[in-house]
Amino acid sequence: MKIQVLGSGCPTCKKLYESTLQAVEELKSNDEVEYITDVQKILEMGVMSSPVLAIGGKAVIVGSVPNVEKIKEIIQKNSGSEDK
Amino acid sequence: MSIWYPIELLANWLTYGVFSIAHGTLLAEAVNFFIFDTVKIFILISVIIFAVSIIRSFLPPEKIRRILSHKYQFTGNILAALFGIVTPFCSCSAVPLFLGFVEAGVPLGVTFSFLVASPMINEVALVLLLGMFGWKVALIYIISGLIIAILAGIVIGKLKVEGLVEEFVYNHKINATANITEMSWRDRANYAKTYTLDILKKVWPYILIGIGIGAWIHGYVPTDFLARYAGRDKWYAVPLATLIGIPLYSNAAGVIPLVSVLTEKGVAMGTTLAFMMAVTGLSLPEFMILKKVMKTKLILIFATVVGIGILFTGYLFNFVLR
Repeated sequence: MKIQVLGSGCPTCKKLYESTLQAVEELKSNDEVEYITDVQKILEMGVMSSPVLAIGGKAVIVGSVPNVEKIKEIIQKNSGSEDK
Repeated sequence: MSIWYPIELLANWLTYGVFSIAHGTLLAEAVNFFIFDTVKIFILISVIIFAVSIIRSFLPPEKIRRILSHKYQFTGNILAALFGIVTPFCSCSAVPLFLGFVEAGVPLGVTFSFLVASPMINEVALVLLLGMFGWKVALIYIISGLIIAILAGIVIGKLKVEGLVEEFVYNHKINATANITEMSWRDRANYAKTYTLDILKKVWPYILIGIGIGAWIHGYVPTDFLARYAGRDKWYAVPLATLIGIPLYSNAAGVIPLVSVLTEKGVAMGTTLAFMMAVTGLSLPEFMILKKVMKTKLILIFATVVGIGILFTGYLFNFVLR
């Protein structure tokens, strides 16, 4: 499952990226986390706020940075269905 | 009796009872002022931001874009400015919002009305204005902000600046319509709660510092001390205040409580309004980020048009008020 963090390069976006890395590590999953600063990619998802957390190309968190626990929960909820 | 009477009692009880500071001293003045204002502002923030977040949950940017892409100049400018009030504006979202609007066919002038109104009339500034200055000043601020946003958008629209937007913006046409899931009332309440707590977490130190310094000035600096330097007969006060306001964006939460005390010490109301509008509406970090999508010349036009609007508002209210 590919996890992407998309942002315009602002401090909030970097924070989401770091929290996501931590969440993935704590979940001991081997998902790779990608950090994208190309705003066009955000728009292609039909979203207009930043930062965005996308799982499997689908935006699941938009415009906010939840805490690590919440991110873990969201990752687990969204990766189960399509994983293998 | 004002609705803040219970807080007044609380502030009095803490100052004279718990801390047992003697009545009438400067220290008592300052401490009382600090407790009263802090409690009042935090109550206002919780209530108003919660309410604004509920409204906002009905108007995600994707929906606003859909509405605006069908509107023409003028009606579009007015609507865009109004939508700007409920939308929070983080410089993080400036670029995706701008691209999203333009690519969906929202006219450039209308997009600018939104870009001006959204940060200038933000809910934190409103709460602080309401709490520190009262509803009349808050209303004047909203209405002037709206007028500046609408006019700035119309002017920029008329200037035919399409060529000053980076070319790649027009090379994309978006077809994606995100599946905006319908929210239940519980989702909305949850969203509003989270958002309000987020804001509180983010702004409380600034507000405490702002009110703290404000309380000190309130207690120790003589009334009308600043009238000599920034009274309404001083022509240079408005442009100076506007310039000082530009780099202060991230600290809007701390600046407003401070400024409210300065008016008490003689800074004219119009000058204060111009200052606050510059703090919220002209933000250096936002300009830097917008450079990704527009040429420097367009950013300068944008800043100049809004700046003129702010100066005009400042002089107007220095002339009209008091």
